[in-house]
Amino acid sequence: MIIKILGSGCRKCVALGENAEAAAAAAGKSAEIVKVTDFAEIARYGVMSTPGLVIDEKLISSGKVLTPQEIARLL
Amino acid sequence: MSDLLGWLNDQLLRMEWLSDLVGYLLSAAGLDVAGPVGGSIHFFVYDVIKIFALLSMLIFAISWVQSFFPPERTRRILGGYSGIGANLAGALLGTITPFCSCSSIPLFIGFTAAGLPLGVTFSFLISSPLVDLASVILIASIFNWPIALAYVSVGIVIAVAGGTLIGRAGMEQQVESFVYAAPVIDGEGSMSRGERIVYAGDQVREIIDRVWPYVLVGVGIGAAIHNWIPETIITALLGQDKWWSVVLATVVGIPMYADIFGTLPIAEALVGKGVGLGTVLAFMMAVTALSLPSMIMLKRVVKTPLLILFLAVVTTGILAIGYLFNSFTHLFT
Repeated sequence: MIIKILGSGCRKCVALGENAEAAAAAAGKSAEIVKVTDFAEIARYGVMSTPGLVIDEKLISSGKVLTPQEIARLL
Repeated sequence: MSDLLGWLNDQLLRMEWLSDLVGYLLSAAGLDVAGPVGGSIHFFVYDVIKIFALLSMLIFAISWVQSFFPPERTRRILGGYSGIGANLAGALLGTITPFCSCSSIPLFIGFTAAGLPLGVTFSFLISSPLVDLASVILIASIFNWPIALAYVSVGIVIAVAGGTLIGRAGMEQQVESFVYAAPVIDGEGSMSRGERIVYAGDQVREIIDRVWPYVLVGVGIGAAIHNWIPETIITALLGQDKWWSVVLATVVGIPMYADIFGTLPIAEALVGKGVGLGTVLAFMMAVTALSLPSMIMLKRVVKTPLLILFLAVVTTGILAIGYLFNSFTHLFT
């Protein structure tokens, strides 16, 4: 499973990345966290507010930091 | 009635009680607050506490309002207007949306991809860093309400006029093609009251975390100007009678990156030293609306001719405002 964090490196993006990692670890899934910082790449997902969360190429959320529990429910 | 309002304004917004309290405490500690050292410390302590206190309250209030206008909704609202009304709506919505230039590029892409006219998007992009409700109330706190209201009005005028000009220039081909290819997703989660409060609290923490170094540096520079640099040097460089003062303030301000909250104490100190209001406003606007980092980011989504047009339009607007305000300073004092 590939988890992408969309955002230009703000503090919220880092927090979201950590939460996603924790959620994947708690669910016992091996996940690769990819940080997407390029605007062109972020634009491809139609995200207008960062950070965005993409799991296996599907846009899950934008503009908020989901908690590990919220992410775990979506995995 | 106006006495009461004036008193409320002085005590709540300008926090004169805090100035008195800081002065009293510093004097009690044996510092001469009328001297340069004590005066600098007084300016620094008072301004830092005042700016952070006002900032926290204002960001909370504005973020709460902002939570009703997620980008998707803003985009839909703007799509419902046409002509100059759309530019005005863009400029007004820009006043309640993000404080950070890093969030404006995804907005630019999202708006443009959805087919909003370039001019409307630029009206929004110009007003977003330039005018926000927090900066207006801070200006009212440091100067007065007429100046604050004048600042908002001219900021909106620059945004509307600048966006309209850019829209007329037919620069649609000067936007990188991936921008038009971006998908348009129209989901919009609505927030509960509790979520809005959490969101506003998060925004306060995040923005304070980002701007505090700029505020400290700004207040430090302000304190230095306030007490150490002789008025003669400042007026020789930036005095009202010097025709180049506005140009100099603008050119120095453009590459600088700082939040308006960091530039306000510098502006305050400069006005105290007899620099023209227009010159100071031009400096503040140049620092906030244009900066090297935001240009570099914008360059990723637009091609050079459009970037230069944007820079030229906004710079011209700022210069015009500087000269205009210097000519009409007497209306605001």
